[in-house]
Order: sequence, then structure tokens, then C-alpha cells
Amino acid sequence: MAKIRKIVTDPLVNNNPVTWQVLGVCSALAVTTKVSTAVVMSLALTIVLCCSNVVISMLRNMIPNKIRMIVELCVIATLVILADMLLRAFVYDISKQLSVFVGLIITNCIVMGRAEAYALQNPPFKSLLDALGNGLGYSIVLILVASLREILGSGTWYGMTVLSENWYTGNTLMLLPPGAFVIIGLLIWFQRTFISKSLREEE
Amino acid sequence: MNLINLAIESIFIQNILLALFLGMCSYLAQSKKMESAKGLGLAVIMVLTIATPLNWLIRHFLLEAGALRWTGIEALADLDLSFLTFICFIAVIASLVQIVEMVLDRFFPVLYNSLGIFLPLITVNCAILGVSLFMVERQYSMTESLVYGSSSGVGWALAIMSLAAIRKKIRYSNVPEGLRGLGIAFIITGLLAIGFLCFSGIRLGT
Repeated sequence: MAKIRKIVTDPLVNNNPVTWQVLGVCSALAVTTKVSTAVVMSLALTIVLCCSNVVISMLRNMIPNKIRMIVELCVIATLVILADMLLRAFVYDISKQLSVFVGLIITNCIVMGRAEAYALQNPPFKSLLDALGNGLGYSIVLILVASLREILGSGTWYGMTVLSENWYTGNTLMLLPPGAFVIIGLLIWFQRTFISKSLREEE
Repeated sequence: MNLINLAIESIFIQNILLALFLGMCSYLAQSKKMESAKGLGLAVIMVLTIATPLNWLIRHFLLEAGALRWTGIEALADLDLSFLTFICFIAVIASLVQIVEMVLDRFFPVLYNSLGIFLPLITVNCAILGVSLFMVERQYSMTESLVYGSSSGVGWALAIMSLAAIRKKIRYSNVPEGLRGLGIAFIITGLLAIGFLCFSGIRLGT
């Protein structure tokens, strides 16, 4: 049981796919100017990741080793098309703001990486848990970065005013690309110094 | 004139990496050495230059609503296959990379030796798929997509080569321990992006 729990909790902080393994950063940076887009993007990625890991894990004994990349790409691309259509149907405004970045889930290294590294060797249930853990780990970072950028950049969080305009002027640099790069850099610094370092010493 | 503006815009103002965050994974992984940064940059330029117009053709003659009218078959005239865009684009990119690899191996062995190992990496580089998707979203024409593809590649190569050069310079600097490697790479990229923000003041005539 403890082992199963570890599959889910490990990627949340200690082995986080974005800050520790530095996978899937492209979208993590592009959709984080607002918390609402970040939440939708995290949901879309987590669902695609769970489905793709389960499907690939069920197919793992049938996929010839030589063409496994193409098979994985096809499975992922199909799921992303479904996700894109669902977003267009139900949250059209946000899907317009996400623009091409929903499509780019196909080339998100987390999805491909988990399929390659985990789902090809493990049974479906374990793969589902692994996908869930990694998806949540990605979501945590995404929402954290988006919160920082939205609060510092426009003084709001999820559209609600946090820092009043009366005494806080939004720092536009946070909304521009450089702000995202620097925040991720600082997060990596924080994580490597305080969290993962103590873990390495225990080992 | 319009095409030159488009090229300047996609190299400097809307740099594919520093303003749109595409292709970060290979950008961070391959920027430790100048040699590999140069190789990967050239490979990206080449694949983007071929893949973007190719995807335009596929989109225009196969996938768009009513695009199959040229076949003359009545049943196909109103068909809208645009929901297949993602899967077609990624298939085109994956197979194109394979073909380019084989052609280079056969006819340009020197180039193949320097680019060969980077080509397979490019299939999953989000810059390639991203440029094709932006081309659809912005409704470029055939020539525009050719210019957009190649100049986005140039912009990407410029960004990765500048990072590689800076990382080479800071190799002996005393960076705080937790920040070494990727942390500092991100912060340098942030500073580079601030530099590139200056270009956004340029006003291009229409």
C-alpha cells in the first residue's frame, strides 16, 4: 500500500516532472499569465496523460518495439484531438486563449516520457496512478506559477482582486515572457536547495 | 516587403522561443555545448522550412472544409476533415524527419555526421508542431508560411546559440549550488527575453 501511495505522491514534490526533471516546461510557461487558463490546461493535460498511460499500458505487449514511438504518438494525438473538441464545446473562451497550446500537449515531453518510461513496462492500474501523480505534479507547478504571475502582474487571483489597485500597481513584466522564465528559475532553485537536498542526504 | 516584415517579426519580435516558449525541452538539454547548439539550430531551421509549407499544402488540399473539391467527386465536396489536423501534422513531421535523415545520410554525409544525432530529437520538439499550428491559426498563405517557417527556425537557432555561448562563459562562475545548471539557465533565458523585448518597440510598416 505504501508503495502504491509512493507512486502518486513522489512526483508531486520530490520528483516533480517540471521543476526536477524539467519536462513539459513549454506549456507551463505559456499558459500561466492567468490562473483560470492554467487550471483548464492542467485538467486537460492530467486527463490526457491518464488516458494515454492506461491505453498504452494495455497495449504494451502488442506494440512491436520498433514502431512504439509512432504508436504512442497516434494514441496521444487522438486523445488530444478529443480534449481539444471537448474544450471547444464547453469552455470556448478559455480554449481560444489557450490557442495552439492544447494541440501542443501532443509534443509535451511529460506525456511521451511517462508512456516511454512507465506505461510500457507496467500494468494499467499502476500506470494510471503514475499518470495521476505526474499530472498533479505538473498542475501544482502550473497553478503556483500562474498564481504568482497573476497576483504580482495584475493584482488578482482567479479574477478576484487580491492586491487593491489603490496602493498596488501591477508589475507588467510578470505578465510578459521574462517574468515566467525567472519565476521558474527561482522555483527550481528553491526546490533544489530546500526540498530535494534533504532527501538526497537521507539516502 | 510584407514578407520581410514577417521574417523580422518572427525572428526578433515574436521569437518562437523567447516570446512563445516553444521548444524549451531541447533548448535546455542541448545548450551545454556550442557545437551541439549549432547542429540542433541548423536541423530545426531545415525541418521547419520544409515542414511548414508541406503542412500548409496538406491542410489546404486535404483537410479544410470543402478542400477535397478538386477531386471532382461529389460526395467529397462538402467534407470537413479539419479535426484530423493534429494527427496529420504530427505524422507529417515524424515521417519528414525520417526522410530528411535518410536523404542526408545518402547524399550529404558530412552534414549528416554533424546533424544526424539531433534529427530524431526534432520530432518531439514542440517548436515544429507549434509553428504549423500557428500557421493555421493566423491563416498564412503558401509563401507566407514558407517565410514564417524558416524565419522562426532562424529565431530559435539564434536563441539556443546565444544561451550556449553564455553558458560557456559562466562555466567557471561561482553560481549558488541549487541554482547551478537548469536554474541559472532559466534566469539567463529570462534576461535574454528581456533583451528581446526591446524589439517589440519596432513598428513595422504595413
